[in-house]
Amino acid sequence: MGVPAVRLREVSRAFGEVRALDAVSLDVEDGEFFAMLGPSGSGKTTCLRLIAGFDQPTSGRLELHGQPAAGLPPYERDVNTVFQDYALFPHMSVEENVGYGLMVKKVARAERARRVAEMLALVGLPAVGSRRPAQLSGGQRQRVALARALVNHPRVLLLDEPLGALDLKLRQRMQVELKAIQQKVGITFVHVTHDQEEALAMADRLAVFRDGRIEQVGTPAEVYERPATAFVADFVGTSNALPDGTSIRPEKLRLLGADDAPPDGWRTLPGRVEDAVYLGSHTRYAVAVEGGTSLTVVELNHEATAASVPAARGRAVRVAWRPQHARALARP
Amino acid sequence: MRPARWLYAHPRAALLLLLAPPLLAFALLYLGSLAALVVQSFFSLDGFTGLVVRRFTLATYRDLFTAANLDIARRTLVMASAVTVADALLAFPLAYFMARHASGRIKALLVLAVLLPLWSSYLVRVYSWKLILAKEGVLNWMLQRLGLGGALEALLALPGVGGPSLSVSPLGAFLAFTYVWLPFMVLPIQAALERVPRSLLEASADLGARPAATFLRVTLPLALPGVVAGSIFTFSLTLGDFVVPGALGNSSLFIGQAVLAHQGTAGNIPMAAAFTAIPMAVMGAYLFLARRLGAFDAL
Repeated sequence: MGVPAVRLREVSRAFGEVRALDAVSLDVEDGEFFAMLGPSGSGKTTCLRLIAGFDQPTSGRLELHGQPAAGLPPYERDVNTVFQDYALFPHMSVEENVGYGLMVKKVARAERARRVAEMLALVGLPAVGSRRPAQLSGGQRQRVALARALVNHPRVLLLDEPLGALDLKLRQRMQVELKAIQQKVGITFVHVTHDQEEALAMADRLAVFRDGRIEQVGTPAEVYERPATAFVADFVGTSNALPDGTSIRPEKLRLLGADDAPPDGWRTLPGRVEDAVYLGSHTRYAVAVEGGTSLTVVELNHEATAASVPAARGRAVRVAWRPQHARALARP
Repeated sequence: MRPARWLYAHPRAALLLLLAPPLLAFALLYLGSLAALVVQSFFSLDGFTGLVVRRFTLATYRDLFTAANLDIARRTLVMASAVTVADALLAFPLAYFMARHASGRIKALLVLAVLLPLWSSYLVRVYSWKLILAKEGVLNWMLQRLGLGGALEALLALPGVGGPSLSVSPLGAFLAFTYVWLPFMVLPIQAALERVPRSLLEASADLGARPAATFLRVTLPLALPGVVAGSIFTFSLTLGDFVVPGALGNSSLFIGQAVLAHQGTAGNIPMAAAFTAIPMAVMGAYLFLARRLGAFDAL
């Protein structure tokens, strides 16, 4: 691996007493799709704003492609941003919006028009160039914002919750498209999101933020399968605490009849179904087991139907799992 | 059925009920008097009897376009333009600071400072300017002490601008106008700037624009509706005013003074009405032009 696209070393950003970012160190490799995941107020957006140059670190070292970037204003960084509210200029047409970066860099008009048209085609909006942002749908605005950033061929593209305002279907489609576009243009993407599914679906690697610090950095598989802390296990997916102190994912648990024999090598706990919620494709059970704990179990509705699920309430069951799926976690 | 429930079920009726009184007042008092004004301007004054002849004629408008009257109109328009430009230049930095940088107490204090003069009588403020600008006044005294008396003399010697003293010169009227209308320019510009999201300025910088380019291409166009709104105030208030040029100007008349003279001492209501058509036409043309130039596109 070469020089990282973004490197943070012990970077802090304090607002008065509040440490929005607390001695964070992080490397984003050149060309990767990197997600910064965390609840609101965890520091991920502060981190993004430091990389963009909208804000400056209180202390620590920030490098872009090996060059120190602290103190550099946004217009001197080879970084572009897709804003959460899109921040499209309302008094300009779509074409003028997308061409803005090229215009201020004095790219010739013909060249500009060509690249703007090319980029609008890439994001799937070839026919809206003369419209105003106000005349576009939310999904279209999101694409224009993406085109406006990408047309400058930045070395790093920052995305601040870009899909947050879209409805579920459109969001899922844009996840696939964004990933495809990233692979096509080969630019480093740094994507801020609080949606763990989005981060898992798109990122090559992700960092989980909490209270201004990074809890874990890794591939989606690593973070999901081997969460470093209880917080990560709980924030990325759902996690159950077993009576022996280990943790396990709801989908790794299986419900058996009270008298069924478990498969070889599986561990089991007797329990009673407290609640069963029918969720269309799957059902979520809350099962009370010995020791007073309640386990969440998720099962796909291969057999169960909306009519059969309520009958599960109160039933005596055995919860079964493979021991290797349970993990011991650090609980701060 | 209870009235509240009936109104809830008939939202249009509720709306009509609420809007009827102000709409009625607006139509009768405002548009009615405006219509009466326009109608009067098409009557004429019998020069012999001094009575208004209530018959349609364009004679009053023909009389309006004399060299002396056009001179009054030209003088007033130049003054209104100069005052508007000066107010915009003074107001923009202040409004920008209030909208973008000041917060909490400082902002409240600044808004108060801008509004405070409006709480006192306009006449008192104009006449206090007369005292400030008088030959024996504080400004003259200060300039003499600073050794700038010669500069003031030179300024007052300029034809069309100067006069015997600042308090009896177009320059003095300009200063007073600029002062009394400044709040009407600051507040709309501040409101317009407040509505520009910070993310737009960040986006501009992010895309490579230096602060000056961001200001010219994003901030200014988006604040333009506020500047236009403010300039409508400063421009039209200057066009109709007769107090400031009366107190501080020289003997040459402004439109407001001409209207006052025609409808008061001369009793020539048709001519006074025709004179007011000039500001209305000018403002109409100004708004049309502003719209064509895209001043309201960002609204």
